[in-house]
Amino acid sequence: MCGIAGLIHRGNTSNVGFELQGMLQALKHRGEDSTGYALYGKTDGQNFIMRFKVGENVGEGSTSVMEDVSVYDERKKIVDGYLSDLGAKIIKEERILPYSLRYEIEYDKDLMEFSQKIESVPGVEILSMGKSLEVIKDLGNAEAVCKRYNLDKLVGTHAIGHARMATESGVDIKSAHPFWGYPFSDVSVVHNGQLTNYWNNRRVLENKGMRFMSECDSELIAVYLAEKMRNGATLEEGMKESLTGLDGVFTYFVATKDSLGMAKDTMAAKPLVLYESDDLVAMGSEEIAIRSVLPQEIETYDPFDGEVKVWQI
Amino acid sequence: MANLKTSEKKTKAQSMGLHSEVLTGKTQQKFFNPDEAENFYYFGTYDVDFNKRTEIDIKNMECREANKKIDELMKDGYGTIVIKNPQGKHSLGVGILNKLNLIFEGSLGYFGCGSMDGPIVRINGRVGWSCAENMMAGKVVIEKNAGSCFGAAIRGGDLICKGSVGARTGIDQKGGTIIIGGDAGAFTGFMMQRGRIIILGDVGINLGDSMYDGTIFVGGKIGSFGSDAVEAELTDSDQDWLKRKLKVAEIGENFDVSKMTKVVAGKKLWNYDALEPTEKKGAI
Repeated sequence: MCGIAGLIHRGNTSNVGFELQGMLQALKHRGEDSTGYALYGKTDGQNFIMRFKVGENVGEGSTSVMEDVSVYDERKKIVDGYLSDLGAKIIKEERILPYSLRYEIEYDKDLMEFSQKIESVPGVEILSMGKSLEVIKDLGNAEAVCKRYNLDKLVGTHAIGHARMATESGVDIKSAHPFWGYPFSDVSVVHNGQLTNYWNNRRVLENKGMRFMSECDSELIAVYLAEKMRNGATLEEGMKESLTGLDGVFTYFVATKDSLGMAKDTMAAKPLVLYESDDLVAMGSEEIAIRSVLPQEIETYDPFDGEVKVWQI
Repeated sequence: MANLKTSEKKTKAQSMGLHSEVLTGKTQQKFFNPDEAENFYYFGTYDVDFNKRTEIDIKNMECREANKKIDELMKDGYGTIVIKNPQGKHSLGVGILNKLNLIFEGSLGYFGCGSMDGPIVRINGRVGWSCAENMMAGKVVIEKNAGSCFGAAIRGGDLICKGSVGARTGIDQKGGTIIIGGDAGAFTGFMMQRGRIIILGDVGINLGDSMYDGTIFVGGKIGSFGSDAVEAELTDSDQDWLKRKLKVAEIGENFDVSKMTKVVAGKKLWNYDALEPTEKKGAI
C-alpha cells in the first residue's frame, strides 16, 4: 500500500523534520516496514552533504545480509581514501549509526564520476548528495526513524517522505524510499504504486549508463527523471513524459533544491490529497497526514488523473 | 426483510426510460410499496427524536470508539447528533441503519458514512475515498470536495457533493442519485448498473466506461466517453426531473439543465444470458 507525504514552505523555513515525522506517523497504517525522509535543510549552500551507508539493516525478504561492524569500518576507510583521491575535502563527519554516515564535503567536480567511484566499494551506497538535501531512511515507522537519526530539530524549506509496506522487494534500506535522483544534486523521489514496465525501462536506462541500486520498482522513477534531465529536459517536462513513459499505477513526489512536484497516473488509481495556500503546500496519501500539521478546518482536494504540479519555495 | 410483492404497475422511473433491461427469474426487479413500509425494519434500530440533540467531540477518539458513541446516543433516543473535530479520520458514521440527523463539523477520511441505510448526514468539510459506499437509503451532503470512488456501489438515496470529486465516482452504482456541484475525474460511472449521476461541471476521460445501465447528466465538458457509453436525447421529462432534483438538493438551482448532456449505455457490450441456471440446464 505505502503512504507518501510532502510539504513546502514558500518564502520561509520551518521545522520540516518534525512536521514530516508527524505526517508520516499518521500514515503508518499504510506501511511501517521502513520509513524515509528527504529533508531540504537551511544551509549556506557552499558544501555538499553526502548521506551514505556502508552496510544494510536487514528485514524480511531482503537479499542483503547483516555484517560485522569491522566490515563497515573497513569500507569507511576505503571511502575516505577515495574521497581524497577525488580531491574532495571532508569538512565534517558524523557516524549516526555503525552503517550510516553523514559527511559535509568540499567538492566542485563531476558528481557522476564521484558517485561511481564511491559506490565501487562493495556494500556502499550514497543515499543522497546535495547542498541542502539529506535522505535518511531505515527500517521501522516514522517516529522510530526520526528518533534514531535525531531528525525532529531539522529546519528547512521543504521535505518529502515515505512509509513503506514492502510488496515488490525485500525490507531493507536499499529498497526504502526516498530515492536520490542520481547523479543530480538535490533531487529525490518518493512513490506510491506499482510500475509494470520496470524491467523494460531498467534495461534501456542501464544501457544508457544509468545506475540502479535496488530491485524496487520505485527507483525507476528517480532514474527515469534523472535521465530525462541529463538530456536537457526540465523537471516538469520529465514528469509530464513519465505519465506515458511509465506504465502502471502511481502517485509520486519529486523534490529539488528549490521545488516540490507531484504527478498522478492517467487512471488516478493511487490516492493523493492536496492543500495549497500562498505560504504552504502540504500533501499526502490521506488527509490525516495533512491534519498533523494543519489541525484546523482547511480546503483540500484530490488532484485529477494525469495531473502534474510543481511549486517553488 | 419484507417480502415484497412484485408490482405490475409501471413506475415513473421506468416510464422515463430507466431500468430498461428485462430481468427474469430470480433477479426480478421489485419496487418499494409504501403500503408495506411497516415490514421494513432492522434488528437493533432505535426510536429517535429529531428534536433531541447532542454534540460530541471526537478529537481524541479512535473511529470505532466514535461510531460506538453514535450508536449509544441513538439508543438513548437522540435524533440529531453533531460530531465535532472529525479531523479526517477514517470510517466514521458507518453502518447506521436508523433514521438520524448526523452532522459532521469538519472533514472525514476514507469510507465515511459507508453501508448506511436511512440517516440524513451533513458534512461541513471534505470527504476522502469511497464516501457512502454501499449506501442503501438516506441523504449525504458534503459541503466541500470529495475523493475518488465517491458513492461506490450505492443502492439508493441521494449523495450530494457541492465541490469537486476524484476519479471513479459512482463506480458499480446500483441505484440512487449522485449530484456533483463541481468537476468529476476520470472513469465517472465506471460499470454503473443503475441510478443517476448529475455533474454540473466538467468530467474527465472515459465517462461511463462499461456501464450496464443508468444515466449520467453532465453540465460541462466531457474528457471522453468510455467503452459503450453513448449520448442520448435529453427529454422534457429528464429536464423536469433534473430541475426538481437540483432544487431539492439545494445545488445549482439556476443551472440551465437544457444544455446538459445525457449519457447512457450503448448496450453493445451486453452479453447477458437471459436464462436462469435451471432453465439453461433444460435448454442444454
